[in-house]
Amino acid sequence: MPVTVKTFATSGEAAATLSSERDARYLGGGTLVMRALNEGDVSISTIVRATDRALTHLDVTSSRITIGAGVTFARVLAERELAFLHPVAGSIGGPAVRNMGTVGGNLFAPTPFGDFTVALLALEATVALQAGYGARDVPVEEFLTGRGRQPGGLVLSVSFQRPSGAEAFRYRKIARIKPKGAAVVTLAAHVASSGGRAVGVRIALGAMAATPVRAKAAERALEGRTLDAASIAAAAAAVTEGTSPVDDSLASAWYRREVVGVHLRRLLAGQQ
Amino acid sequence: MAKTALQFRHNGRDAAIFVDGGVNLLTALRELIGDMTPKFGCGQGGCGACTVLIDGDAHLSCLTLAETVQGRSVETLDGLKDGPNLHPLQRAFMEHFAAQCGYCTPGMLMAAKALLDRNPNPTRENVVDAICGNICRCTGYEPIIAAILDAARGAARRA
Repeated sequence: MPVTVKTFATSGEAAATLSSERDARYLGGGTLVMRALNEGDVSISTIVRATDRALTHLDVTSSRITIGAGVTFARVLAERELAFLHPVAGSIGGPAVRNMGTVGGNLFAPTPFGDFTVALLALEATVALQAGYGARDVPVEEFLTGRGRQPGGLVLSVSFQRPSGAEAFRYRKIARIKPKGAAVVTLAAHVASSGGRAVGVRIALGAMAATPVRAKAAERALEGRTLDAASIAAAAAAVTEGTSPVDDSLASAWYRREVVGVHLRRLLAGQQ
Repeated sequence: MAKTALQFRHNGRDAAIFVDGGVNLLTALRELIGDMTPKFGCGQGGCGACTVLIDGDAHLSCLTLAETVQGRSVETLDGLKDGPNLHPLQRAFMEHFAAQCGYCTPGMLMAAKALLDRNPNPTRENVVDAICGNICRCTGYEPIIAAILDAARGAARRA
């Protein structure tokens, strides 16, 4: 069934249309919306696009990094200042998907997809949203909690503080097919160090719930403690708290719960 | 519903068509232009059979809204050969028996071209990454990897 395509020069006009038309969907890289159309999703009657260059803007010069919603994973991989995110962007799809898929679109990817969003959760990113009435900043965790229930609007960008060092941000994606495959489980952790103690601990999990989620109990087990075998074991034991994984063709919920702690332990201990 | 006029470069030639809203590039290429080389595999972005190059970068044509290629350059397998002469990648695929049923081949060749255009001396790891979004169900990955590496070496010899 043909749909109406509306292309706007500014993100404001696009956001206004998304706010006022319930059946309108924003087209980013196409990997979610075009797939839905190919599968005959009749709930989409209008596709909204914006050619606004602000949406592909990248600011990596300051300590607070801002990535426009329309920035592709290939572009993240080409940006030397974002080297700590290269393992994340590189774990998504093949080259064609990385040339198309965007950081903003990844916020809407259904489980087990959305690996970049797992990293954004661990980085405590902020999502800049534009709705018909104006722009506002929402913590990514709050954004994900309300995903699918929000009134229409447009994600403009995400921003987050650059991790203090190479050790402060860690990422691990477990897939059955290498180098490309959807996640059995995805883990991202932000662990800064202060006087030998772990501070600013944020652990995020993908494919462990309907959206990427923070593992708060595991974070509490580490915060303020020395990163050693005992504290890591405590975090690994607590990591499934609050998760609700599902059975799919990649893994059963039981398997995901069994292995996520093992992978968290390896991630925190710096093991392969 | 009104159709949208669309103009782009198709394998170095001007193409002008009218598309319905929401039509993907794969459908436009196959049904409106008659270029049957990109294949429909999954429609989900999982198989890579529909891979084409847009402004030199690999894209999945089934997930590309046709009208987003307005004014851009689209390359498909159909543009790879030079008259009666096969492209070095095509020759290497033939020599290495890198095609069995052949359905994945157009996508494999375009993914390989995207790699070699950027990186004429790829490592095996580069090649594996370049085709990791392309599925071959005849399990021919080894001959495909060997063919791409061989095409790169051949091109390097001639350069």
